[in-house]
Amino acid sequence: MNFDYTDDQQAIKSTARDFLADRYKLEKVRELAEAGEYDDALWGQISELGWPGIFVGEDHGGQALGQVELSILMEELGYALAPTPFFSNAAAGLAIHHAGSDEQRERWLPGIASGERRGTVGVVSNGAAPLVPDADSAEVIVLIENGSASVVETGDAQVEKVETIDSTRRFFRVQANGGDSLEGDVEGARDRIAVTLAAELVGVGQRAMEMAVEYAKDRKQFDRPIGAYQAVSHRCAQMLLEVESARAAALYASWAADHEPESLPLAASMAKSYASDAGWRVTASSLQVHGGIGFTWEHDLHFFLKRARTDAALFGSAREHRDRVAELAGLSRSAAPV
Amino acid sequence: MDLTLSPQEQAFRDELRAWLEENHPGEEPAGDEAAFEFRKDWQRQLADAGYAGLSWPEEYGGRGATLIEQALFNQEMVRAKAPTTANVLGLVMGGPVVIAHGTEEQKQRYLKPILTAEEIWCQGFSEPESGSDLASLKTKAVKSNGEWVVTGQKVWTTFAHEAKWCMLVARTDPDVPKHKGLTYFLMDMEQDAVQVRPLRQITGEAEFNEIFMEEARIPDENVVGGVGNGWAVAITTLMHERAGLGFGSAIALKIALGELMELIRERGLDDDPVIRQRVAQLYIEAEALRLNASRGLTQIMKTGIPGPEGSLVKWQWSDANQALTELAMDVRGAEAPIVDDSWTYRFLRARANSIEGGTTEILRNIVAERVLGLPKLR
Repeated sequence: MNFDYTDDQQAIKSTARDFLADRYKLEKVRELAEAGEYDDALWGQISELGWPGIFVGEDHGGQALGQVELSILMEELGYALAPTPFFSNAAAGLAIHHAGSDEQRERWLPGIASGERRGTVGVVSNGAAPLVPDADSAEVIVLIENGSASVVETGDAQVEKVETIDSTRRFFRVQANGGDSLEGDVEGARDRIAVTLAAELVGVGQRAMEMAVEYAKDRKQFDRPIGAYQAVSHRCAQMLLEVESARAAALYASWAADHEPESLPLAASMAKSYASDAGWRVTASSLQVHGGIGFTWEHDLHFFLKRARTDAALFGSAREHRDRVAELAGLSRSAAPV
Repeated sequence: MDLTLSPQEQAFRDELRAWLEENHPGEEPAGDEAAFEFRKDWQRQLADAGYAGLSWPEEYGGRGATLIEQALFNQEMVRAKAPTTANVLGLVMGGPVVIAHGTEEQKQRYLKPILTAEEIWCQGFSEPESGSDLASLKTKAVKSNGEWVVTGQKVWTTFAHEAKWCMLVARTDPDVPKHKGLTYFLMDMEQDAVQVRPLRQITGEAEFNEIFMEEARIPDENVVGGVGNGWAVAITTLMHERAGLGFGSAIALKIALGELMELIRERGLDDDPVIRQRVAQLYIEAEALRLNASRGLTQIMKTGIPGPEGSLVKWQWSDANQALTELAMDVRGAEAPIVDDSWTYRFLRARANSIEGGTTEILRNIVAERVLGLPKLR
């Protein structure tokens, strides 16, 4: 048993950390967030690194690695809070890779893997998908409704911009009829998307925690660093507990996706519900450690808090995933109609 | 990353499982004395099969087991609901201390009777005025005519009334900083100068004792790790103790959660959305605990040093176990306070979880200072 990255995985992680720290400094993140845009030139560089196709098979131009490697990249993208269409495109790739036919894969995966013809995924309720990331710049949209999914070309869908609190990511409301049905493992695809988001939340939480600890060491009140007071230091310790537990849950679910798919449904719901709560609580707690400055637009922390709260609402809330955990762990809902 | 067991680990677990199926001694008898004799017999059985002192070197009767094998052992014992051993503190702390810090004579003298439960051990660390601030302890040992004369009081000493040996930390030098003036002794409990008084707890039982020492005698050869090194000797073993426990406690939580779900179904509350949310959260906490414990083991195997994960896991376990027993009380509704039910006992007993073995407040300090590098207030 070895619950740690391999050397190759460690190398992916540190390459990603360095690349993103260099390209997406917080001033850059702020500039893009305030403009509500992504940087196409940087997307080109990310694509050259092969990230968009990290889990896609070699026959479709990918690197044929797994969910663990995808989650490593997502954690780092979350840590940097890089505004990119990476997640939406990866989600479409996961859906088509796991639920698509050979023909559908052949048609869409090469563009997704190269980053040149991107995709995205929306979850439909009451006839429309209310919160679809990057739908305007994607060529293809996977719409999931209950247990089924279909692919529509963006030109055939109604796409309408939606303002959310997370200005580091662009969201749209999407409505479409028909489309090309995906007949494969839709549940498995959806679980992998949830795990991917959980990994991002771990990175967001990690960064917000580091910002709090840094501030608690520097900021002095009553002639002492505020981190010397247990009211503050215990708050930070709680952040570590939650970030580490979210990381363990996300890593386990990623590993299960690659090596033990029968454990994935429970593992994915555990990871997404835990990480959703942890992401929001840790960023909010970090804001409290920062005091008044943390509440200002000028400070960067709010971008992390807003990303965390928005991620928590995507692909199943903590509450919805917990209900599924209860079900899978053995508390069956009775047959009575809801 | 590989979360499956290696063939050797798998073989170890399968062999242990088969042995447990064959040799499980059944339910513990009622009554303190009878239960203790039962646990002694069980420990002898384990020792004969080579399962007592698993991590000890083979030359001292152990197996030289890896940390993962120790974790698997704890897990399987909990899963099989096997009784606890009679000499827990000797096996988990006393033996490892003697192996790590003792002289060859001490190893020859003490180790075997620990394994066979012939000599029971207890631990004399905490004092009425030295709980979390252990290094401030006041029990003093003064050297006189080649032996040490000990006067003071200890508290929370499990098994003191059954014990032959006490792992005693006492102040041997009052003139140096508090961590430096301590020495680790093995004190013979069978002397008139040592009095044991049971300490009744909120559950009504007496798992713990107080010890009163009035000029008790300890021969010089019973110092472990050298005079003045008591703090280091005590601390290393506490760290190692915490490392292996996470696995077993995660499984214990899951078993308790299974029983709780049974209760929930009996009461027809499986559809209650609030109950479902709380059960799921506990299930997730138990899994997070298991996963954090596994990650901790991987780190120790790599670096040889128990990290702060042990503190996280212990803290997380006490929160989860308390929440679990609170939910059970909630589910039982108006019957909750009625004594004749194990959940009522478990609810009360769980209050100690966030105190025993390091309070949650101290564990948070450890995490804040040693992992996050925040400044100390002290």
